[in-house]
Amino acid sequence: MVVYLKNKFSDAGTATLFAARFFKEVFRPPLEIKEFLRQCYILGYKSLVLVGITAFIMGLVMTLQSRPTLVEFGAEAWLPGMVALSLVKEIAPVITAVICAGKIASAIGAELGSMKVTEQIDAMEVSAVNPYKYLVVTRVLATTLMIPLLVIFADAIGIFGSYISMNIHTDITLFRFLSKALGSIEFIDIIPATIKTFFFGFFIGMIGCYKGFTAANGTESVGRAANAAVVSASITIFVIDMIAVQITDLFL
Amino acid sequence: MQKSQESTQEDVVRTGKPIIEIKGLHKSFGKSNDILKGLDLTVNEGENLVVLGKSGSGKSVLIKCLVGLIRADQGEISVFGNNITTLDSNNLNAVRIRMGFLFQNAALYDSMTVRENLAFPLKRHQKDISDEDLDKTIRESLDSVGLEEAIDKMPSELSGGMRKRIGLARTLILKPEIMLYDEPTTGLDTITSREISELILAIQKKNKTTAIIITHDMACAKLTADRIVVLKEGVMEAEGTYESLENSEDEWIRSFFI
Repeated sequence: MVVYLKNKFSDAGTATLFAARFFKEVFRPPLEIKEFLRQCYILGYKSLVLVGITAFIMGLVMTLQSRPTLVEFGAEAWLPGMVALSLVKEIAPVITAVICAGKIASAIGAELGSMKVTEQIDAMEVSAVNPYKYLVVTRVLATTLMIPLLVIFADAIGIFGSYISMNIHTDITLFRFLSKALGSIEFIDIIPATIKTFFFGFFIGMIGCYKGFTAANGTESVGRAANAAVVSASITIFVIDMIAVQITDLFL
Repeated sequence: MQKSQESTQEDVVRTGKPIIEIKGLHKSFGKSNDILKGLDLTVNEGENLVVLGKSGSGKSVLIKCLVGLIRADQGEISVFGNNITTLDSNNLNAVRIRMGFLFQNAALYDSMTVRENLAFPLKRHQKDISDEDLDKTIRESLDSVGLEEAIDKMPSELSGGMRKRIGLARTLILKPEIMLYDEPTTGLDTITSREISELILAIQKKNKTTAIIITHDMACAKLTADRIVVLKEGVMEAEGTYESLENSEDEWIRSFFI
């Protein structure tokens, strides 16, 4: 038990040092702009379809399931606003982040894990290229920037899904739906929800990189790194969300 | 353990002044896993030194300590007069640029083409290089290993021997003064192994490099070695030319040459 706890604390210390190095390296030249843009394309643009489909279904299903209860209370007119508010404040950021934890953190964990096992990271280091700067900083920056954008995209698609769902039972124009949906959202709802997505992005990238970078030798560890990246990133997202909601509740 | 010196100072090829000096090198992984136990070794400028030893005798750890991939627990490693064990990352990188390392599996970057693999270190260390010069240097480097036609291929499209050659070309592109080869012929057929060994020799002659070659392949050792050292349980057990060690009185040493 003591050994187990010692190992866990040691691992937490190593992970903290690994993450802290990011802030030391991020502003130090050379800035790997080309690799950063490549990662934005791979991690952000290539996730659009997955995030779009998920968000559309989320908006559609939420509206369908909430409708009977609101109809019972004669409050069907509140449906667009309620769904939009739920999506923007909570559902879209968390679900998008969890989806990205599955897609992006595992991809980063597996890629860097495989590079570690096949000595590609060592090859970078012996050719006097900083592998942390090239591999970690670019990926973490890309996820930190792309996850908020994907969440905004998911908000829009989710609200559109809700509009489609509304039209199954009632006849409502897009303009009227949007004015009702967006009318219920204030800037004060959007800001904390958006700020937390930057943290989601940072931790998704960082956990994926850490698990990949610390993969042991052997091909088995590549799969383990990918799996550990998804599990750790998913739990971290919920913990960050809980902290963010508590902080928002204190101040707003 | 008694160290058997298989050859006199005169037998060993001394091609130049010492360029790598290792004194009392210790490295262990965990409490009871001592790999290197006070190794002393000198490599002279321009010589090809082959390191032999059983698996787990610390050969790969030795060359990884030399480039700072593994930090030594104790001892001194002097390369070009710099003590590797005490250098900060900037100074260590300055030494690393002057050294080349060919990994056992070539360690080509999977996501890049051969051209990008070769351009990767070059663009980072010669920032003002023009596209024309970059292309010319890449082609020259590929030509030196006889694989110019593979320039736009992905590593996954290459055979084991080709990967080794491309790995060598990528290492040579920075014109290193010291080459470190980690089992360069492992996993290759006899003919390809011989081609790689001949390439190592050609590189030494053309670029006047100093090399440490870790190998189990005695044909490679015979062809490339100016001097051979044999490691046993983390220390140097024997040292000499191929011929002197082949005729050693020690049966264990001779067993490598059968």
